[in-house]
Amino acid sequence: MKAEKATGVPEPALFNPLRFDPEVCNGCNKCIEVCQVDILFPNPEMGKPPVMLYPGECWYGGCCVAICPRPGAIELRVPLANRVHWKPKPRK
Amino acid sequence: MKDPELREMEWPYPLRWGKEKNVDVDVLVLGGGIAGCWAAIAAAKKGKKVAVVEKGATIRSGAGGSGCDHWESAATNPCSRLTPEELTRAMIRDNFGYNNGISHYIECREGYDRLLDLEKMGGKVRDTDDEFVGAPFRDEATKFLFAYDYVNRFTLRVWGTTFKPALFEECKRLKVGIYDRTMATRLLTEGGQQGTRVVGAVGVDGRTGEFRIFKAKATVLCMSRPTRIWLFSPGLPGISEFRPPQCTGDGHAMGWEAGVEFTMMEKSVKAEWSGLRSFPPYGTGNTHNTWYACSMVDADGREIPWIDRDGKILESVSDRYRPAPGQKFFLKGGGESVFPHYETKGPDIMPVDELLERGYKLPFFADLPSMPELERKAIWGLMVGQEGKTQVPILGAYTKAGFDPETHLLQSYGDGWKSGSFLPMERQLFGLPGGMVNDWELRTNLEGLYAAGDQLFASNCHGHAAATGYYAGRHASRYASKASLPVVESSQVEAEKKRILELVDRDSGMGWKELNAGVTRIMQNYCGEVKNEDLLTIGLKLLKDIGQENASELHARNPHELLRCLEVLNIMTNAEIILHACLSRRASSKHLHFMRQDFPEIDPPEWHEFVTVRLEKGDVITGERALDYYGSLEDNYLAHNPDYLQGDGQ
Repeated sequence: MKAEKATGVPEPALFNPLRFDPEVCNGCNKCIEVCQVDILFPNPEMGKPPVMLYPGECWYGGCCVAICPRPGAIELRVPLANRVHWKPKPRK
Repeated sequence: MKDPELREMEWPYPLRWGKEKNVDVDVLVLGGGIAGCWAAIAAAKKGKKVAVVEKGATIRSGAGGSGCDHWESAATNPCSRLTPEELTRAMIRDNFGYNNGISHYIECREGYDRLLDLEKMGGKVRDTDDEFVGAPFRDEATKFLFAYDYVNRFTLRVWGTTFKPALFEECKRLKVGIYDRTMATRLLTEGGQQGTRVVGAVGVDGRTGEFRIFKAKATVLCMSRPTRIWLFSPGLPGISEFRPPQCTGDGHAMGWEAGVEFTMMEKSVKAEWSGLRSFPPYGTGNTHNTWYACSMVDADGREIPWIDRDGKILESVSDRYRPAPGQKFFLKGGGESVFPHYETKGPDIMPVDELLERGYKLPFFADLPSMPELERKAIWGLMVGQEGKTQVPILGAYTKAGFDPETHLLQSYGDGWKSGSFLPMERQLFGLPGGMVNDWELRTNLEGLYAAGDQLFASNCHGHAAATGYYAGRHASRYASKASLPVVESSQVEAEKKRILELVDRDSGMGWKELNAGVTRIMQNYCGEVKNEDLLTIGLKLLKDIGQENASELHARNPHELLRCLEVLNIMTNAEIILHACLSRRASSKHLHFMRQDFPEIDPPEWHEFVTVRLEKGDVITGERALDYYGSLEDNYLAHNPDYLQGDGQ
C-alpha cells in the first residue's frame, strides 16, 4: 500500500457505454452528429476520438457504431448487468 | 480498445446565451421523430415553408429512429383480407372503447401509402434480395413479408433501420428547415393567453444556448409521450425507460400550459423496462412482438405448449400464425390489449403460472434452433436486427460474443416479453397511453395546433406515427393556407427567455438528476397502483412544494445540461397532468389499469367514457366525451379528406 500520498480524482463514469480504438478512429466525428442524446463532444485535438461528457445518458441505440466509417473504431459496451445467458441446445 | 476520455474541458461550441434567431414559417413541426418528419414532408409537398425543431439529431432521433421491424395495420395493402373499418373497430373493441378511433383509422387507411412513399425515398419494405423465397409469410408477387396473422396479412415485416435516414434526406430535398439540437420549450399563443390560437414556439439550442423564436401560421406537435414519471435510473438515466432519454413528453407539458385538452392521462401500466432492472428490449428469449412466435423450452428441454384462444394446444408451428377455427383474424404485434377480446385473441404460450403448476422447470429458453429455417431467419437476423435498437446492441453484440441461432438456446427472464420484474408502483405510460384529444383533422382544441404520433391519446407504433404525422401535416397546411398572419406577444417570449436563463445564471444549485429522482419518488408513493383522493392530493401538494422550494434551485452548467433541466421541469408538469387526471376519474377501470381504492367498482357504466382535463386561466377544467365521439369512421374520413382521395399531394 502506498500510504505516503493520496490524490483526489474525479469519480469515473458508473458505466462506460463506448470504447474507442485510437489507432482506428480518425476523429471524423460522424458519431457525434448522429447521437440523438448528444453525449459525445469533439476532441480539442483534431483527429482524436471524441470526448464523452455524459456516459450515463447513453441510450445504447448503437447509431454511432452503425454510422462509423472505420469498422472497429467504436465498440458499444452493454452493461454487465444487462447481459443475457445462453447455452448450447443439447443434442438428442 | 480504450475507455473514452472523461475530462473537464472548455465548451467546444460557441456560446450564444441570450442571443436569439427569429424564424418565420407557414407550418412549424415540433419534434423530428417519425411523426415529425412525415408532418414536415406533407406540408412541404403542399408548398409550405416548414421548420422542424428537434432536440436530438433528426437523422436518427425519436423512438423509431434507429429501427423498426414491423409495420402494423397496413389494411390497404394488396394482400390484406381486412378492411380499415373492421381492423380499427377490432382495435377499439379490444381496448373496451378506450382507443383513438380517428388516429387508428388513419393508420389502417393510409399506413400502406406511407410505406410506398418510403420505398420511393430509399427505404426497404420488400424482400428485394429474395432472402425469404418460399416462406409461408412471403407474397411472391409483391415480395412483401408479413408477420403474425399469415392468413389476413395486414402487418408487414420491414427493414426499418433504413427509414429514418431516408425521411431525413426527403426533408432536406423538400427544403424543410431542420433545427437540430434545439429544444422547443414553450408554445406561443395569441395575446400570450391560455386557450387561444397557437402562433409559434420558443426554442433553445442545446449546444450554444441561443434562443430560436419560431412564428408560424400552424403548428404540429409531434413529440413523445411522457417518461421518467415513475422510473429513473440515476446511474443510467439514458435507459430509464424504453424510449430514448430525451423523449420526455415536452409536447404534453407545453400543450398543458397552453390550454390543450388531454384524455386517458390517468392510465399507466406496471413497468416493463428500466435500466438494470430489465434486460435490453428484444434481447432475451421470448415469444412476443419481434419474437413472435418463437418456440420455447424449459430447463430440461421440454417444449412449452402454444395454445389458441380456447386453451387448445396447437400442434404445429404453422398453427401459431393462423386464426383459430371459426375466427376471422387475430390481433398481435404490440397494439393488442393486455386483456384481449375473445373475438380477436391470438395464439400464445401457456401462462407461466400454469406451466409451473404442471412442472415445467425454470429457467425457460427461446428455442430458435427448432424453428423452421425461414422463421428463424425472420426472427433472428431480420426482426432482431431491424427492430428498435437491436442491430448493434443485440444482433451485433450477441453474434460477436458467439451466439448462434442454429445451436443456442437464449434464456427468458420475465413473464412473457417483459424481460424484467417490477413493483406495482413502478409505472410507465405504455400500451395506448393518454395524450391530446383530437378531431378529424388531428387538430387539438386550440386553433392552429395539430398533433400526431405519441402526442395523441392512445398512440402506439411506427406506422401510427407515420400515418398520423403525414395526415396532421397536410391538415395543418390547409389551415395555414387560409389563416391570418400570426402575431407573437413579445412579453410571452421575454418571460420564457427569463425562465430559461435563470437556470444558468445561478452559480450553483441542484442538478437535474436529483430533482427527477424526487419526482419519481412522489409519483411512486402517491400515484402508484392503488390510488385514492388523499394520496393523489398529497402527491399534488408535494409536487408543488418541490416546484417552489427545489426547482427554483435547479442549475445548469452548460447548454446540454440546460436541456436536461428543462426536461425535468416538463416531467413535473406531466406528473401534475397525471395526478389531475387520476383525481378526475372517480371510478376504477380494468382497461385503463386504474384502481381507485375509494371507488372500487370496476368500470361502472356511468364512467364508461373519456375523462378530459385542461387548464383554463390557470384552473383545471375536467370534462367528458363519449367513447365514440368521433362518429362513423369511414364517413368522417371521406368528408375530411376529399383532396387526398383525389390523389393530391401523393
